[in-house]
Amino acid sequence: MLRCLPALTLALFLGPVAAGLLGTILPAFGYLPALGGERLSLEPWRQLLAAPGIASALRLSLVTGLLSTALALALTILVFAAGHGTRALAQAKRCMMPVLAVPHLAMAVGLAFMLAPSGWLVRLLSPWLTGWQRPPDLALVQDPYGLALILGLVVKETPFLILMTFAALGQVRAQQHLRMARSLGYGPLCAWLKVVLPAVYPQIRLPVYAVLAFALSVVDVAIVLGPTAPPTLAVLVLRWFNDPDLAMRFQAAAGACLQLIVVVAAIGLWRGGERALAWLVRPWLVGGGRGGSGRPARLAAWTGFVLLLGLALGSVLSLAVWSVAGRWSFPAAWPDDLSLAGWSRQLGAVAAPAWTTLSIGLATTSLALLLVAGCLENESRGRRPGRGALTLVYLPLLVPQIGFLFGVQLLLVRAGLDGTWLAVVWAHLLFVLPYVFLTLADPYRSLDPRYARSALSLGKPPWVVWLQVKLVMLLRPILIAFAVGFAVSAAQYVPTLFAGGGRIMTLTTEALSLASGGNRRTVGVLAFTLAVLPLLGFALAFALPAWRFRQRRAMAAA
Amino acid sequence: MLRLSTIAALMLIAASAARAGAWDDTLAEARGQTVYWNAWGGDEQVNAYIAWVGEQVAARYGVDLVHVKLTDTAEAVGRIVAEKASGRNGDGSVDLIWINGENFAALKRQDLLFGPFTESLPNFRYVDTAGKPTTLNDFTIPTEGYEAPWGMAQFVFLYDSASVPEPPRTIPAVLAWAKAHPGRFTYPAPPDFIGSTFLKHVLIELTPDAGVLQRPVEEADFAAVTAPLWNWLEAIEPHLWRQGAGYPASGPALQQLLDDGEVDFSMAFNPADASAAIETGRLPPTVRTFILADGTIGNTHFVAIPFNAAHKAGAMVVANFLMSPEAQAKKQDPGMWGDFTVLDVARLDAPDRERFDRLPRGVATLPPEALTPVRLEPHPSWMTGIEAEWLRRFSS
Amino acid sequence: MSSAGLRLEGVDLSIGGRQLFTGFSLQVAPGEVVTVMGPSGCGKSSLLSWLCGTLDPAFGAAGRIWLDGVAIDDLPPERRRLGILFQDDMLFAHLSVGENLAFALPASVRSRHERRDRVAAALHEARLDGFAARDPATLSGGQRARVALMRTLLALPRALLLDEPFSKLDPDLRRRVRRFVFDHARRSDLPTLLVTHDPADAEAAAGPVISLTDAPAGERVVTWRERRRRLA
Repeated sequence: MLRCLPALTLALFLGPVAAGLLGTILPAFGYLPALGGERLSLEPWRQLLAAPGIASALRLSLVTGLLSTALALALTILVFAAGHGTRALAQAKRCMMPVLAVPHLAMAVGLAFMLAPSGWLVRLLSPWLTGWQRPPDLALVQDPYGLALILGLVVKETPFLILMTFAALGQVRAQQHLRMARSLGYGPLCAWLKVVLPAVYPQIRLPVYAVLAFALSVVDVAIVLGPTAPPTLAVLVLRWFNDPDLAMRFQAAAGACLQLIVVVAAIGLWRGGERALAWLVRPWLVGGGRGGSGRPARLAAWTGFVLLLGLALGSVLSLAVWSVAGRWSFPAAWPDDLSLAGWSRQLGAVAAPAWTTLSIGLATTSLALLLVAGCLENESRGRRPGRGALTLVYLPLLVPQIGFLFGVQLLLVRAGLDGTWLAVVWAHLLFVLPYVFLTLADPYRSLDPRYARSALSLGKPPWVVWLQVKLVMLLRPILIAFAVGFAVSAAQYVPTLFAGGGRIMTLTTEALSLASGGNRRTVGVLAFTLAVLPLLGFALAFALPAWRFRQRRAMAAA
Repeated sequence: MLRLSTIAALMLIAASAARAGAWDDTLAEARGQTVYWNAWGGDEQVNAYIAWVGEQVAARYGVDLVHVKLTDTAEAVGRIVAEKASGRNGDGSVDLIWINGENFAALKRQDLLFGPFTESLPNFRYVDTAGKPTTLNDFTIPTEGYEAPWGMAQFVFLYDSASVPEPPRTIPAVLAWAKAHPGRFTYPAPPDFIGSTFLKHVLIELTPDAGVLQRPVEEADFAAVTAPLWNWLEAIEPHLWRQGAGYPASGPALQQLLDDGEVDFSMAFNPADASAAIETGRLPPTVRTFILADGTIGNTHFVAIPFNAAHKAGAMVVANFLMSPEAQAKKQDPGMWGDFTVLDVARLDAPDRERFDRLPRGVATLPPEALTPVRLEPHPSWMTGIEAEWLRRFSS
Repeated sequence: MSSAGLRLEGVDLSIGGRQLFTGFSLQVAPGEVVTVMGPSGCGKSSLLSWLCGTLDPAFGAAGRIWLDGVAIDDLPPERRRLGILFQDDMLFAHLSVGENLAFALPASVRSRHERRDRVAAALHEARLDGFAARDPATLSGGQRARVALMRTLLALPRALLLDEPFSKLDPDLRRRVRRFVFDHARRSDLPTLLVTHDPADAEAAAGPVISLTDAPAGERVVTWRERRRRLA
């Protein structure tokens, strides 16, 4: 049973991804018999290349994807280089969890509420500082350069990279290397950059690529914060998939393939950039320059970090305030009156999708946790497939969602499963499982095997040892993995859309259908609920073990 | 033509005797069905009304109504087309669809609709087909019983009387106003229906012989007829909100901009929209509405049932309820939605008439006599080309 | 008392309210190797961390450190110029052997040519000629230990701290590496402080030995000869 789990997990994954890719690539070359495409041709590509706005959409996707990833990585590096070993950094880790938990869409909507020309920031500064009695005619969100989109992605992706870096640091003996470098006379910042970064970067390379692939192909954030005319490539492709003119499906499939090519090319470009940079900085690396106290960099890092945290916090707060706002005219910094009318009016509208979000999230995450824990246990008993094969579960994070979900949808339609709750659970699993794996693998692998061995030597059967010793000792990481998985599920937009056939409505799909223009109070209610559900999950993940192990000092939080 | 309609009339009379019994069968079949109603979900008042309808049909007919919220009706049209293509001829995922204009034309042309069914709905007899001819002709396309009317719409402009004392009432005047007040005017990006309808107004007013727009585009010279439209749009672009570098995504998005004071005008396909928004604090109390000197487009919106709908009986029961005097009066209440009725109120029984007479007119709603003349929608074939051309010119 | 060398004065070290030692003082003259002995947990490694300025904030520490007459306890770690060798050689895996050495060379050695020569000279001294391009992972334990020492010396420290640097080597190798390290320390005239729990290390160091367990504070400084007499 346990032996089959890894194979089953990989089959659940690679099969659909491969089939989905095929189901997207064939129509891109004109083959989709159901729609009358029975011959391979390049016509869809010709249409694609002639489509209005395609060149600017492509450029926009590349610029926002690469730049946001580079900025998020730079900020991550700066925060660690400037703050390694400080108490502040340890606290920063605690602040990152909630930011990570809030789904992208909720954060994006909140950011839009903050940053818009009539948003909270401008209101707070008007008219006393700016002199604006009316909102300025400036494109502060949905700007043609995609700056707001970049900012939104940086706010969400930096916490992810920071947490991934924390995990990776444990594996590279950063502390000792840093001590060594400083005893050789290196300033703290310089020591981190020259000694720790080269060791830690290979460990976070995969998460960085996942962030890059995500940023290049994200849909929901791009709809809210990105420019509309033209939008990013992924949004454009999604529009074509939804076009009532069926012939557009071929062009859309070609667009999805282009999206795939863009991601592969960007990752290749990034890899090339890594190598070029490593080669370029070699002389600097061994040139003996010791760097200074790093105080200016420390200041920059904390400014950036506090700004980022402030934006994240302000976003969620602005969702909350709009959800209870009565009349709120510009440039008032606070609503003229507060009322719960929005909540009472929308209770019905929120309850159903909230329940759907909850049930799908719980089911998906439980399933993912079961599979991941099973795979890791199998691995810890030394059976194949080992680590190498299991890294394949990260594949869905690197392939753009839109690149294979169309093919997946065709499969589901054929099986008569589209639009069912089960189909959505399974589609979410593709994205939840890798994150659960990412979160749980390290703690699981580093649990001292002697605990289990000594329990076994006491005559307990393996299943009992697994349940009563290992899983209990791993309760905290398991619950955190659960909270992460739930947050990922709650945030899914494109998979819900394609697998749910529009019938399965979660908080994310509901919020997005209103985000582009609905009443801010309603959007506030939906997006705030969307933000709070995963936060509750994280709160539970921290509170439960604290209560369970309240008299076990060795099980205290790290 | 005349013969055909006579035959149809005779058949209807013959059928009417059987109708009562048939409708009872439909009601019985509908009980316990779940109806997936694909309807634009971008407006919370509309959503609240649909939720109310859901409660009513559940209580009265045992029909479970699910509102599948769309950002664009084209999504559902695409889904129906895709189901047809993949051979899913029964058990379709869409039972009822809120539709009109191009989308209806597209589905009807491809035989993707169930029907004709509207004549068999008991409440259809109250519909004012004579006084409101658009209930039978959707954007010049005869409905032929394939879609049931449930609301009347008329395009109005919203403005803040506190900052705009005298709004411009012709298309050239709008351009002049925008030039004088840069950054204070914009329109939703087509193919959003508010944005597209705004383009239609520009097109109609700048076309000397508007009759050509009532016929399919194939019969006219597209480039020549639409040239004044593009000239006008290009002339106004640099004076628009954000110099035309971005457009709001929808009518409600534009309304939010008006509320924030980012622009001075909004547009709605419902004359009572502004009053309702003022009522709930979503617009300043100084907002008023106006229509162009030559009038604005009025049309009817409908519900239709796809050919492969899994729950046709339930869908018909919902469509019939939507045309009931009670549901229509509830919808026309400015506190609910404010959408005008398709019924001939004068023909209703006294208690039902009373429901409509009691309704207040909102502070920003024009009286009926000020809402004339009503202009006709152009033939839907025009908009496909215009929307594509707009995207090409202004979206890249 | 000469001001040259490394001097510790009135050092207190505690963790979680538990005093590890108080009023600890010590003098290490240039070219001398002083050994601090004690079982694990007695705080001898923490003492070195504190000297380096990298002590975990969970510890409480007070006292003064003088290096050639200048107080360095309020300087950041990188400006104390204390070279240290750990149990693990801590060669950087992302750099070649030569680059590990170049890493320690001061930036004031500017020309690429001279840097290469200095690295080559250090390798020659470690009897590792031609090893510059090698990956440290391909070196033997003894070779790695020698590279680690050369790296530390190339940074021109003014004192040398040894944190049980021989404990992971097998006995035969340990003897040779030990000699290599002590020879270099003496030749460079560096005050050297060794902490260890291995009496053989202390014996080879042939300098004063301080035991952190069995003597009251203040009386802990004993020479190796005295200690041997006591043991006997």
